[in-house]
Amino acid sequence: METVNLTDSQKKARRGRNIALGAVLLGLVVLFYVVTLVKFSSGMAG
Amino acid sequence: MAVIEHHETIPGGGEVYLSEASPRDFFELLKPRVMSLVVFTAFAGLVVAPGTINPFIGAIAILCIAVGAGASGALNMWYDADIDAVMTRTAKRPIPSGRIRPEEALAFGLTLSAFSVAILGLAVNWLAAGLLAFTIFFYAVVYTMWLKRSTPQNIVIGGAAGAFPPMIGWACVTGGVSIESVVLFLITFLWTPAHFWALALFKMRDYDAVGVPMLPNVSGEATTKVQILIYAVLTAVIAVVPTFLGFASLGYGLFAAALGLGFVWYSVGVLRMPEGDRAMVPAKKLFAFSIVYLFAIFSGLMLDHLIASFGWVL
Repeated sequence: METVNLTDSQKKARRGRNIALGAVLLGLVVLFYVVTLVKFSSGMAG
Repeated sequence: MAVIEHHETIPGGGEVYLSEASPRDFFELLKPRVMSLVVFTAFAGLVVAPGTINPFIGAIAILCIAVGAGASGALNMWYDADIDAVMTRTAKRPIPSGRIRPEEALAFGLTLSAFSVAILGLAVNWLAAGLLAFTIFFYAVVYTMWLKRSTPQNIVIGGAAGAFPPMIGWACVTGGVSIESVVLFLITFLWTPAHFWALALFKMRDYDAVGVPMLPNVSGEATTKVQILIYAVLTAVIAVVPTFLGFASLGYGLFAAALGLGFVWYSVGVLRMPEGDRAMVPAKKLFAFSIVYLFAIFSGLMLDHLIASFGWVL
């Protein structure tokens, strides 16, 4: 089977992109969670 | 588009693209320096607007506006990669230098556009989201794809894209558009030509080399200098209007008038600059002052609003 061997710089770049993407996804989860809390609390106050 | 590609060939004959782009390269696609101006003016719109917004929702609004502005920057870099490769100021950007492929930048820009607009709509309100979507469309399509390469008035009309953020910030709080937010829009809109043409004067050869019709290389230096002065005067006038409309104090009005005089003073310096001056020191000074001017005007508006909200009167 033919495979592609990544160079060290390609591996490092891919790892950096994966970490950044993971951080963005985690940030979105937190963002939607807190928006939901804020919307619910303001809805109950109103 | 002039693009250097990193391809590696598989012995079987297929070809695979192996990216070496780092998160920093993608961040660079967002034009962070332009984004800082957008964040600042959007925040000013948010602060100055009457009413209140939950601080967390306000922070999300600023984040969405920043990401939306960055997305339009990425789309601009995708479309302009060919001319960016030629100009000294832009040759090291991620696409012309080969660190990111055009299709990656396009996908990145479109994804961020969709997410920023959708989240702003869901978390804040859909008028603000609609304004953000229009801003992205205006910058990426109307300015970048159409006006930039076809008319020397490109940055006059295209400047609207950079002027919308305070209006979006205002809409986030009030849910509407009013004369006050139009004035905030006009301050940046009228400021943009003087700011950009000062840059275009000393970067004229760059724009000439790539065939972008900037005013100095289409109508000449003399016309550009007069136009800069006209727009500087208009900016100085519109910047004191908040005082006359009653949403800023007399203290702000005097501050804005003094800054406006400075803006006009530097523009007169450019007008007096000898034809063919290669150093173009007055143009460089005006460019630097214009950035300070806009930050100072919006800072003044915010400070004035905070002072008023604490019950102090200037």
